Amino acid sequence: MAERVLMKGNEAIAEAAIRAGCRHYFGYPITPQTEIAAYMAKKMPKIGGVFLQAESEIASINMVYGAAAAGMRVMTSSSSPGISLKAEGLSYIAGSDVPALVVNVQRGGPGLGGIQPSQSDYFQATKGGGHGDYRMIVLAPASVQEMASLTIKGFNLADKYLMTSMILADGTIGQMMEPITFEDAEIETYEKPWALTGTNCERPHNIVNSLYLKPDELEVKNMERYERYKLVEQNEPMWEEYMMEDAELCVVAFGIASRVAKNAVVAARNEGIKVGLIRPITLWPFPKDALLAAADKVKGFISVELNMGQMIEDVRLYTQCKKPVGLCSRCGGMIPSPEEVLESIRKAQKGEF
Amino acid sequence: MANVTFRTDWCKGCGLCVDACPKGCLAIASDKINKKGYSPAVMVDQEKCIGCAFCATMCPDCIITVEK
Amino acid sequence: MAVVFQKPKSLADIPLHYCPGCPHGIIHRLVAEVLDELGIEGKAIGVAPVGCAVMAYDYFNCDMIEAAHGRAPAVATGIKRCRPENIVFTYQGDGDLASIGMAETVHAAARNENITVIFVNNAIYGMTGGQMAPTSLPGQVTQTSPYGRDVNHCGWPIKVCEMLSTLEGPEFIARVAANNVKNVNQAKKAIKKAFQNQIEGKGFSLVEVVSACPTNWGMTPQQALKWVESDMLPYYPIGVYKDRTAAKEAAK
Repeated sequence: MAERVLMKGNEAIAEAAIRAGCRHYFGYPITPQTEIAAYMAKKMPKIGGVFLQAESEIASINMVYGAAAAGMRVMTSSSSPGISLKAEGLSYIAGSDVPALVVNVQRGGPGLGGIQPSQSDYFQATKGGGHGDYRMIVLAPASVQEMASLTIKGFNLADKYLMTSMILADGTIGQMMEPITFEDAEIETYEKPWALTGTNCERPHNIVNSLYLKPDELEVKNMERYERYKLVEQNEPMWEEYMMEDAELCVVAFGIASRVAKNAVVAARNEGIKVGLIRPITLWPFPKDALLAAADKVKGFISVELNMGQMIEDVRLYTQCKKPVGLCSRCGGMIPSPEEVLESIRKAQKGEF
Repeated sequence: MANVTFRTDWCKGCGLCVDACPKGCLAIASDKINKKGYSPAVMVDQEKCIGCAFCATMCPDCIITVEK
Repeated sequence: MAVVFQKPKSLADIPLHYCPGCPHGIIHRLVAEVLDELGIEGKAIGVAPVGCAVMAYDYFNCDMIEAAHGRAPAVATGIKRCRPENIVFTYQGDGDLASIGMAETVHAAARNENITVIFVNNAIYGMTGGQMAPTSLPGQVTQTSPYGRDVNHCGWPIKVCEMLSTLEGPEFIARVAANNVKNVNQAKKAIKKAFQNQIEGKGFSLVEVVSACPTNWGMTPQQALKWVESDMLPYYPIGVYKDRTAAKEAAK
């Protein structure tokens, strides 16, 4: 029996990062993710690591860029408005092909928004945020256990594909306490011959850079990067299917919304409605094969989200609009109740999406 | 006796070396154009050169080598 | 005959892209000479800015990284905190360091981050074609101050060394100039000290090099260096603005 410890979601991320070999954390305070920084501030000095509170989110992501270029497992964490500020650095990190882990414990927006949980940074995380052609691996934990395991997975994937892994969590899971285990964690290590270590006058200098003034060179660089992204799309989509075997309706939800949706699916099953759930765990790469396969079986989809409807666009896209897609969402820090989701399922059963 | 050599192909003809020379040994060639299209700096009075390297100190393109 | 002056080993053997008469090349050479003389090329990691010196990563033979505009001190912090045994330096212009990157500059100094900052002040944005910089002089004509910098409209130039020297944090803050042989030699001494301080773990050392931009000032290289003497240096006086170690020794 694996040893289990009771942890808060945010602390689980921090502890998992340390276990994954992260010894450098740079951040700036923002609610509701401050426990990550607090945990790092306490732990890092005791294990020979570095916790540094930067002067801004912009500085902290650029410290991450420097540390990543130096070949270290490094992370930062923030919440929605802070991630907007980090967008510049995310783009440079992508353009320079260095690995990093960035946590977004989302809160309601736009603007200063609120401090209650939200999923309204789906577009920002999966479609860009910063400028230029680039992608991030986006991992969406739905439990405290996944806050830990996806953090470790995120570091592995970042090193493997030389890109940013983003943990797209929300304030609820960040604050939630659940028992978890670290015993299954697989820590992968990768050689980093491109890292800035000093040449020791024994090799040509390494340059970490995203500037290519010749358009043909920049195009080639971007194409090479997208070849790597293709591999990510082939190899790394993760999702969970729940009661999908005989489902006639499919609820799609990630993160905290998926937990509410699961309760509603159980309740609907009790009413005799054949409904199942697909929970994307990677939001990019999106589990498109699973969605497309479901589109041939079910009569429609319901996207359950904590925003005005963002993932729904990908659900429509990857099911090739074969079936109707309804939306059940709350936003601004509000969470839909299982009853609200159940009501959407009942309507869908009657053909109303 | 001192010797100043220029990597003439890389000279941009800015003339800062000419101004820096305390002995007036250097000039911008009026009758030459290098690959970059600039009139380069040249030694015009080798005898006077004392190898002080003031020219090289002020050369923004690092094209001057001084021997003494 | 023996070679008394040649291109330093730490400077790549490729032509520089700078305009004719641009002192960036002189300042690059000084940094490279110091890397050579201190024997730290193999340990050095340089951070290039956004601005005319953006391609500095090609010119220095040590490991290099290109930072986002103004963020070089943050990037350098990230590297130095990971690899304290390496020698980390930034090379930044006035727009990069004193405008968009002011927060990163001030806080790296306040933390006494053990890095070396080479700050080239030529009072204009060169790369983008000659716009007003945070260090453009009152009355200075630029593309975006075509009637001369009006301090009532857009404020006063920032004196970086004077400002940073008010902080407890930094170890060494000095201003030098690259406009004549004497000043260039003095500049090298300050740059060497700024690297030596890092080797000795003393902390944040910044050397501001007052420079020129003949192209965007609309002058010949000779006129530009004269303008440094006549107009820039009275506003930005050469000197050591902070030297914690020297101050401590003097107090003994």
